[in-house]
Amino acid sequence: MINRECGVLKTSYEADMALYPIPLARSTVLGIAIIVFLPFPVLANDYLLSVANLVNIAILGALGLNILTGYTGQVSLGHGAFMSVGAYTAAILATRYHLPFWLALAAGGVMAAAVGSFFGIPSLRIKGLYLAIATLAGQFIIEWSLNHITWISGGIQSSIYVPRPALGGYVINTQRGMYYLILIVVSLGIVAAMNLFRTRVGRAFVAIRDHDVAAEIIGINIFRYKLLSFAISSFYAGVTGVLYTYYLGIANYEQFTIVTSVNFLAMIIIGGLGSILGSIFGAAFITLLPILLRYVVEGIGGLFFTISDVAGVLTNLQLILFGGLIIFFLIVEPDGLKKLWRNITDYFRVWPFPY
Amino acid sequence: MGAFHLTIEGLHVSFGGVKALTGVSVSAKAGEILAIIGPNGAGKTTLINTISGVYRPEKGRVRLDGQDITHLPPHRIAGLGVARTFQNIALFKGMTVLDNLLLGRHVHMRAGVFASSLYWGLAQKEEVQHRKFVEEIIHFLEIEPIRRKIVGRLPFGLQKRVELGRALALQPKILLLDEPMAGMNLEEKEDMARFILDVNEEWGTAILLVEHDMEVVMDLSHRVAVLDLGRKIAEGTPNEVRDDPVVIQAYLGSRPRAARGFGGDA
Repeated sequence: MINRECGVLKTSYEADMALYPIPLARSTVLGIAIIVFLPFPVLANDYLLSVANLVNIAILGALGLNILTGYTGQVSLGHGAFMSVGAYTAAILATRYHLPFWLALAAGGVMAAAVGSFFGIPSLRIKGLYLAIATLAGQFIIEWSLNHITWISGGIQSSIYVPRPALGGYVINTQRGMYYLILIVVSLGIVAAMNLFRTRVGRAFVAIRDHDVAAEIIGINIFRYKLLSFAISSFYAGVTGVLYTYYLGIANYEQFTIVTSVNFLAMIIIGGLGSILGSIFGAAFITLLPILLRYVVEGIGGLFFTISDVAGVLTNLQLILFGGLIIFFLIVEPDGLKKLWRNITDYFRVWPFPY
Repeated sequence: MGAFHLTIEGLHVSFGGVKALTGVSVSAKAGEILAIIGPNGAGKTTLINTISGVYRPEKGRVRLDGQDITHLPPHRIAGLGVARTFQNIALFKGMTVLDNLLLGRHVHMRAGVFASSLYWGLAQKEEVQHRKFVEEIIHFLEIEPIRRKIVGRLPFGLQKRVELGRALALQPKILLLDEPMAGMNLEEKEDMARFILDVNEEWGTAILLVEHDMEVVMDLSHRVAVLDLGRKIAEGTPNEVRDDPVVIQAYLGSRPRAARGFGGDA
């Protein structure tokens, strides 16, 4: 986080290869962890907690897509559909087979990973935009299947109501309970991804993105690692779908359409491709921006117009500003919010000296 | 390492109607530096690409220690101890020097997804152990100051050196170098020549060197094979090849005018 490596000496490779080799960064992360685990959930009201839950769920999904698109360089427009696979798997297992929450969570992830790697098979032959179209086909195939196969969707409206999640007899039925549950799952997801990308498998993913021929020449089985990337990414997507389903209390394919896929792509592009911090920034940005815009538009509009007039234009104005801000950010910093953050930390790295 | 042997037998490679290699046979054994030379378009790079599995030959065999590797995919061939560098650097430009070299260790590492994401037990031990090995290469190539630098931002000469390092990290039995000196200044060439000789002498690694700089070829190589238009036209020690009239003809065109006695004439 805040990097001041001056005066930090390392005496072993273990220390040099730690997740946070710099003590100040370690304490920064620890501080953030304490804040999100202790005072925030205690002090925040239900509305704030529900927003935080949405952000956390989005972080996990964005992380998943970033593993595939940002780190491995395989564009996917089917991320939303892979989430829906996890969502429906968990919902079916929980309602019809009465599996406990944590098993349904894992099963949702595994099922999504299986389906995701199946739709990743074309990536052996095609790249870039062509792969995007192939995954788009996956999105529509999955969407259609959920909608039309009644065994999956449970018939009319394609919705399955899920019970509140329970862990060992303790039923989680408050926003605060959900907050802790989601936070723990998301934290695990973040740490796992961080570890993945400082070791062998993650390096192979990045190698495939940077130069696939060279990657193969140094002994990386490209097909296997591309599929693995699809599987891991879809696992994250599946778990995201399960969490979202339990958050809403209902599994519904309309939550996981092509719009969702595009939204997640927007998150990782704005946050920063190939960056875990970028996934977090992007997810928070795209989730919070419409909410903040609503307050701004309502607040300013309320001064001059009646509430009903404001409500009438709100949706459209929100969309216009949303699009405008995305374009603005991409022009100002094409490498995403993580680059902006990096610029700030780089400045303070040597502060108060210029270099 | 004594038994090591790379044998290429009657290799035919063509792209559409263009015959890139016609019946090329050549071999290299442990501890040997074999240079492949020839005019542009002679098929030198094609030969390297075929050995490393990027191209599939129509006819012919590539054998490594007697094992037929002709139709193995590139990543399997790498696993058997064949490493290479590229004419136009093919590094992972967005990664650090350290990560690039560690990728060279990929085939020697075992950790899977679960161990990696937990960074526990095997995964951590393995990372540290291979980091130590890579540090030795960094020391050997004298690139300590740039180990944390992003490769894409390094100057050309250093990138070439990092690419050699990545190939060495694989601990190859044979190293295929595709024009390692191209575009370098004299000092960089001297460094690179020193590294190549050291690798060959200290590790006993066989080296197949494609190079246009004749001085380098004559100084470094034990044997030279000459390709022209996809055929091998000569093979021997550097001195033998230098004086071979067929080789001179391939490089300078049909009989030099001076030899016919009317130099200066149009």
